[in-house]
Amino acid sequence: MSLPALPRDWNKSESFKAVASFTTPEKLAAEPVGPGFLGHARRILRNRTFSEDERLEAERNVKAIETADNDYESEPEDADMLRHDPKDWKSLDQYEVLGLTKYRWRADEDLIRKAHRRKVLKHHPDKKAAEGAGDEDGFFKCIQKAFETLVDPSKRRQWDSVDPKANVPVPSKKTKGDFFERWGKFFEAESRFSTKQPVPQLGDLNSTKAEVDAFYSFWRRFDSWRSFEWLDEDVPDDSSNRDNKRYIEKKNKALRAKHKKDDTARLIKAIDLALSEDPRHRMFKDADKAAKAQKKWEREAGSREAAEKKAAEEQAKADAEAKAKADAEANKDAKEAAKKAKEAAKSAKKKHKRTLRNAIKDVNYLLPEGEQPSPDTVANALADVDNLIEALDDMELADYAGKLSPLTADSVKAAFTEGVQAKGIKPKFFL
Amino acid sequence: MSKTIIGLSFGNTSSSVAIMKDGVLEVIANQDGDRAIPTMLSYAHGDEYYGAQAKQQLVRNPKNTVAFFRDFLANSYAKIDVSANHRSAHPVEDSEKLVAFKVVDGESEHTVSVNEIVVRYLKQLHTAANDYIGKEIDGSVIAVPTNFSEQQRKLVAELAEKAGLPALQVINEPTAALLAHVSRPDIDAHANKLFVVADFGGTRSDGAVIAYNGGIFTILATMHDLELGGRDLDEAIIEHLAKEFEKEYKVDPRKEERAMAKLAHEAELIKKTLSNSTTTQFGIESVASGFDFSGSLNRLRFEMVGRSAFTRIGDFVKHLVAKANVDVLDVDEVLLVGGTSWVPKVSSVVSGLFDSERTVIRSPNTDTKAIDPDELIARGAAIQASLVSNFDAEEIAESLQPVVTNGPHLAKPIGVKTAEGVTEILAINTLIPIRKTISIPAEGDVLIEIVEIEREIKVETVKPEPKAAGEDEESDWSDDEDEEYEVRSRVVKPGKTLAQLGITANGKADIVVTISKDLKMQVAARSGSEHVAGTV
Repeated sequence: MSLPALPRDWNKSESFKAVASFTTPEKLAAEPVGPGFLGHARRILRNRTFSEDERLEAERNVKAIETADNDYESEPEDADMLRHDPKDWKSLDQYEVLGLTKYRWRADEDLIRKAHRRKVLKHHPDKKAAEGAGDEDGFFKCIQKAFETLVDPSKRRQWDSVDPKANVPVPSKKTKGDFFERWGKFFEAESRFSTKQPVPQLGDLNSTKAEVDAFYSFWRRFDSWRSFEWLDEDVPDDSSNRDNKRYIEKKNKALRAKHKKDDTARLIKAIDLALSEDPRHRMFKDADKAAKAQKKWEREAGSREAAEKKAAEEQAKADAEAKAKADAEANKDAKEAAKKAKEAAKSAKKKHKRTLRNAIKDVNYLLPEGEQPSPDTVANALADVDNLIEALDDMELADYAGKLSPLTADSVKAAFTEGVQAKGIKPKFFL
Repeated sequence: MSKTIIGLSFGNTSSSVAIMKDGVLEVIANQDGDRAIPTMLSYAHGDEYYGAQAKQQLVRNPKNTVAFFRDFLANSYAKIDVSANHRSAHPVEDSEKLVAFKVVDGESEHTVSVNEIVVRYLKQLHTAANDYIGKEIDGSVIAVPTNFSEQQRKLVAELAEKAGLPALQVINEPTAALLAHVSRPDIDAHANKLFVVADFGGTRSDGAVIAYNGGIFTILATMHDLELGGRDLDEAIIEHLAKEFEKEYKVDPRKEERAMAKLAHEAELIKKTLSNSTTTQFGIESVASGFDFSGSLNRLRFEMVGRSAFTRIGDFVKHLVAKANVDVLDVDEVLLVGGTSWVPKVSSVVSGLFDSERTVIRSPNTDTKAIDPDELIARGAAIQASLVSNFDAEEIAESLQPVVTNGPHLAKPIGVKTAEGVTEILAINTLIPIRKTISIPAEGDVLIEIVEIEREIKVETVKPEPKAAGEDEESDWSDDEDEEYEVRSRVVKPGKTLAQLGITANGKADIVVTISKDLKMQVAARSGSEHVAGTV
């Protein structure tokens, strides 16, 4: 396939000749599917030509790639670390080697692989040699070792167990912040050792008692995968001295056990300390107490009511007794008063009677003074007086006695005459 | 964080779900391990089953098994065709004259509307997809047949949202299948091609002729046969088995529903097995009157009993091509979609219609790298899902406006004259605006003549060469031998000249043809430092 040669009559000065326009196109519906259509829609909607669209899309892609790259911020590499003896790679911070100090135990496998790739690209011995930096590959070896450690889950646990920079010390009283600020970080860091995930976290003042209880009971029964193989002394690989090998193995084992024991003890102590400092603990205790008291109060409501009733009854009884007593006393007084009054009346009656009886005698039986009354007169007069006294009641007696003073013959005569007449007594003397 | 959007092929017979995850396309397997999940729901003892488990209930519990319900969506009861539902729950008319099913769901019988059935089924797919992906699904792109009305599409989207799979876009099945096909790494996604997409499903067949030019799909014609599908092949096998059974035991299994259900179950298995092997053994226990039935069936016998269905499949494709007003010789590729495309005879029937040198048939039997035809649509939907997952609903709606989708398409191909004839640059039915670049070897002062291409189908009558006398006697069983036959060929030649450019080339010339939105054609040619351009 090739293009034909220019015809002889072609006018060289005119390189382009428009001849005719193409047949009128038909309107059809394109399927709104596929990358081709998306491009078409973009060009139509944003009114772009093909070349404009290509340029803008290319720019956008470049930007997208740049932002993806920016997600990774490279960490500065310590010069000491770069010169580190690869034989002693275990003493390096494995995360620092791969530039993952920001993530540490939170880094996932994908992140580790990516970080490793970047470091390899940067530190590959071939590249160093090409740059003329000699064939120093010490740090490259460290990178490989760190990568091997971190991608193997069991090796990674060994390293994470002893990673000194990931540990959060048990907060002391002097540490700034409230209980939650001080202890939250500690528990978060410790929770990475849990075989059971997720781990309940410390929470805050608003946590319920059940949550807090669950938290402490979880930590009391904490199942940790933390182990201390990383600190093992290297077991010599020579078969010549088996005893030495076994001795070191034994020593390592004992050391691991000791470390583990210490770690468990450390955690238990920390939990106890946290528990003792936990403000919620006191809060719940107080709340508990109040609740208990309330409960007790409620529980005793019955008996208290009964007691109240009893007391009321007793009071009523006492009141009744007192009343009765008072009544009795009042009665007695009244009786006495009545008695006295009676006695007084009696004595008054006697007195009046005597006054009445004596009155006739005192006026000498209505006779002038010095004249001796006849016995009949005396007898008649006395009989009348006696009859009258008999007929008169106490009040009249007093009345009449009053009428007799001043004691004169007239007043006596008037009084007795009136009395005799009023009582319808047949007079013998007072006619 | 991009959204998790699945591609969902919601078929009348089976459905599948696919997702693009980190650039890898995966068709999800449900709890049963199925990737083509039967679109069926079944109720037994208060439990709901779907997919393969529901399909198994067709034998034991057909009355409570709802199948082939998708096409009933938004259709009135009076209009639907229930012939596919004879061996499952029968559709009934509900109070709104729409379709419903009566099933014993739990304790008592309920009338469940087809909408509710769809929601329940999609919910099951949602759960399966969630379990597989392990992430909450944010939305879906759903593929439906081209003859689904706007109302049906809207309803599907609505029901999907109810099932927790809000539809970002509802797309056409053949386009989705084609998108999955052209996204294959070994296929040139930039080539201009004319495709025939034939989807042979379980109960229906759908076809579309699609022009794929400049990365844009344009449907030129569609065709639907709602009574042609894998079911016809099943029925042929069932009939064959029933006959054989009757011959052997003198009992007619056609009178027993349960016997027919068992035969139907086995027939489908036989059909599937015969797609891979040439012969199969079958054994069915207690078909009718307690008789077990076993035997074997070979592919040839299957192709014979299913002859009428295969003929109809061939006719379907033939008519489809005719409807698009193109010639079979224009077709570059035929993509076979749907479970029935697994049947070798289907691809051989279809390839018999086309010129084997020009047209490539894409089916599992003709193309070793073909994508599973059951999965094509779901994969395409998932690709589309990944493309639109970063857009919000408004942006998608914006790009679906007619002003964007409806555009001028070239009525005639445009090419460049070469020493040998003409080379196509822009194919017929290319959406405008378009830009296309080609390189052609050239040396010295050359003429670049941009022309329209005229395509012609030449029919030549060829008389067979007379044969030797002895040969003739041997083959006297054939009458056709001596008859004339037609040889059809596709010829392209330059038509109207549009523009001419002269350029001094060294080695090769790059020609860029750009047609802008306002239908102006710009032609530019470049070779080395030489540059010529002009607008028509």
